[in-house]
Amino acid sequence: MSELHIVNKSPFEKSSFDSCMSHVLEGSAVLLFEDGIYAATSGTAAAEKVKSAPGVKFYVLGPDLKARGLSEERVTDGVEIVDYARFVDLAEEHDKVVSWV
Amino acid sequence: MSEEIKKFLYLNRRAPYGTIYAWEALEVVLIGAAFDQDVSLAFFDDGVYQIVKGQDTAGIGMKNFSPTYSALGDYEVTKLYVEKESLEERGLTVDDLMPLKWEDEDEDWAEKDSIRLVSREELARIIDEQDVVFSF
Repeated sequence: MSELHIVNKSPFEKSSFDSCMSHVLEGSAVLLFEDGIYAATSGTAAAEKVKSAPGVKFYVLGPDLKARGLSEERVTDGVEIVDYARFVDLAEEHDKVVSWV
Repeated sequence: MSEEIKKFLYLNRRAPYGTIYAWEALEVVLIGAAFDQDVSLAFFDDGVYQIVKGQDTAGIGMKNFSPTYSALGDYEVTKLYVEKESLEERGLTVDDLMPLKWEDEDEDWAEKDSIRLVSREELARIIDEQDVVFSF
């Protein structure tokens, strides 16, 4: 089965992202949104975790990046920027959605 | 009123938009500014994200309240302490922040920077010097 893991909490404030990364399996995907988008920005400890998770696809919600003043250039290499419509498609494409609140 | 002026510090430790803390802190600061106290703000931990420049919330259907930080100087809130370590951990520098200024009426309205970069240790001492500390 393939999961879409979704994280909406800052990796600096909550353990949600770290715990998600400890439980995600190859072939699954992680979508970062709301305050979770900070885990997709370069120069952070979270960026290192993203880089060292081969076989896991990463997405970040563009409107949440923009709202917080973070440009696309700041996003860690390999993380795909998506819109709300693509978020819905991703939820549909995976067997289930696992939320890390 | 002839009461003594007290030192008030507002601690901002949360990112904007994901929770209401950042916005609520701004509201309280603006209300408090009417009371002629010695007010300063500290931005650390995820609070540094509140003053990142270029915020555009059109896509998430929320009010962009970041321009309000620029108005703090007009309310004589001119000391915004930003913790260096918090910026570094987040891959940010002071250049990623809004250029927040205030005008000094004692120096012919010269524009001065409101942001003061401080270390974690310096911030600890700043907190220690206060009469009242509000946490958000």
